[in-house]
Amino acid sequence: MVTRSYMSRREVEQQSFSLTVALLVPLGAILLQVLLPKAMPRLAILDLPLIVTLFFAISRRNPIAGTITGGTIGLLQDVLTSQPIGVNGMAKSLIGYAAASLGSRIDVENTGTRAVLTFGFSLVQSVLLFLIERRLLGIRVFHVLWLHELLRAMVNTVVGVPIYLLLDRFKYQE
Amino acid sequence: MEFLSRFKNALFLIAVLLAQAIALAVQVRTPADAGAPDGREVRLIRMWTSATVTPFERVAYAIGSGVHFGWQDYIDLRHVRQRNQDLQQQLTRMRIEQAAIAEDALQGRRLQALLAFKEQYVGSTVAAQVIGESGSDTSHVLTIDKGSRNGLRPDMPVITPDGIVGKLRDVFPTTSQVLEIDDLTSGAGVILATTRIRAILRGTLTGRVQIGNLTADSRIKPGEQVLTSGGDQVYPRGLPVGVVQSIAPDPDHQPYTAIAVRPAVDLDRVEEVLVITGTQPNLPPDAQQDLAAAEAQHAADLSAERLPSIHDSDSGVPGQGGTPPGTAAAPNPNAPPVVAVPHPLPAAHPDRFTSGSTPPASDLTPGGPNSPQNGSPPSSPPNPPSSSSPGSGKPKSQPASPQPNAPQ
Repeated sequence: MVTRSYMSRREVEQQSFSLTVALLVPLGAILLQVLLPKAMPRLAILDLPLIVTLFFAISRRNPIAGTITGGTIGLLQDVLTSQPIGVNGMAKSLIGYAAASLGSRIDVENTGTRAVLTFGFSLVQSVLLFLIERRLLGIRVFHVLWLHELLRAMVNTVVGVPIYLLLDRFKYQE
Repeated sequence: MEFLSRFKNALFLIAVLLAQAIALAVQVRTPADAGAPDGREVRLIRMWTSATVTPFERVAYAIGSGVHFGWQDYIDLRHVRQRNQDLQQQLTRMRIEQAAIAEDALQGRRLQALLAFKEQYVGSTVAAQVIGESGSDTSHVLTIDKGSRNGLRPDMPVITPDGIVGKLRDVFPTTSQVLEIDDLTSGAGVILATTRIRAILRGTLTGRVQIGNLTADSRIKPGEQVLTSGGDQVYPRGLPVGVVQSIAPDPDHQPYTAIAVRPAVDLDRVEEVLVITGTQPNLPPDAQQDLAAAEAQHAADLSAERLPSIHDSDSGVPGQGGTPPGTAAAPNPNAPPVVAVPHPLPAAHPDRFTSGSTPPASDLTPGGPNSPQNGSPPSSPPNPPSSSSPGSGKPKSQPASPQPNAPQ
């Protein structure tokens, strides 16, 4: 059975979040991203900041807001790593912009669409990180391990879809 | 204006990307300095973020460790008695091994002194708890709960009793970032324990640790121990790094080989670390006492092995002139200590391997021969070796020749 979602253009453009949610959810994602691999090292493959970036970008459907959200989350992520500040910032700025642009054109309330978007943008981020590290920073030993990145995209998708459903509860229509 | 309003989204994105690209260009360093701490401005940003995140990490760590230790110390006590017995046996074994190693260590130190080697021993350390990680599988950084207020500075080595973990990268007032040896930007000077080959250890993108600057060498085998060489001016010499795991051609850097090293420390599960805050040219007093005790024990063991007659005479065997039974266990405190090390019988046909024919270590030169230049046996019979080396109270060992490729 096909589920159809009908939303007016006005409804699409007016979904937003409270300031508390907009601040605490990204911070919580970054904090969990730091803490979870310590308890279980294999969870480092998960990218919670990317999931949160995608959720806010496709929900707000505003490219500028998506760019700011992605850039801020990415920069915070960079600060906690050994990488130069800006690597994840640039990648997630682009992801936020692209996701928000897509969100204003297609129905992203559907779970299947969200899963496809998460999988696709996870791979796009891997390519962006490779280009930034290899071409911009000139780190010759940086490679893309495609199998690993595919696995990362799948894990992000599996974990991301329930998180989207959870975060949907915090959305409100203006 | 119409252009700006029409393309404001794209222009905003370009502006953000440009700003970050400029920021990257400011931070970017040459590969040799990749693991170095950041500049002042970047360090400030990292410090502010760290100050925001660290309290949450501390709380999470406190809760986690409380649950863990509560379970481990009060509930899950199965097999503790058996484990205790195993550890006691292990301790006994290690004491015996330590006694055996003590003499080699002393001999090595004497030779180093003769050759004016400058050894650096771990002088002072600061214990710290690991409270967080980078959260990325491409960046291997730990956060510890000690910082500049505890005397830590960038580039200080971080170790555990098993081996090295990494070095301090950015040091904040109450926390520090540790760059692990398996990070892509990490590097350390190492030496292979058996073959004495020096190399550079680097992390990889996959979190493996490997040596990549050596050409194929059949002497290097899996299982060989890897130690710090001290050549990087960060890690003191002789700390365990790991063991060689595999050797394969490096497809990216021919004709070099990629020697995978399994770290001595499980870097994914580091809980407590020691930061080396100072080194010193001599062994710490505690270690010197341990070494002296081990040396005395080893000398006693050697005497017991080489002088069965002394113990036989003390055993109180009737009719052999020994102490009567029942009196052997009561030593006389006023009696002088028995120093009776017998001289070995002179060799019937002395050659260059005969004891006493090798010149003293002070006359040897690194890389030179360890026997007389003509290679002929000494014309006169060798002098009987002295009973004990001066001040050491143990039999004099054979003077050893320094290895030509010994580490500096």
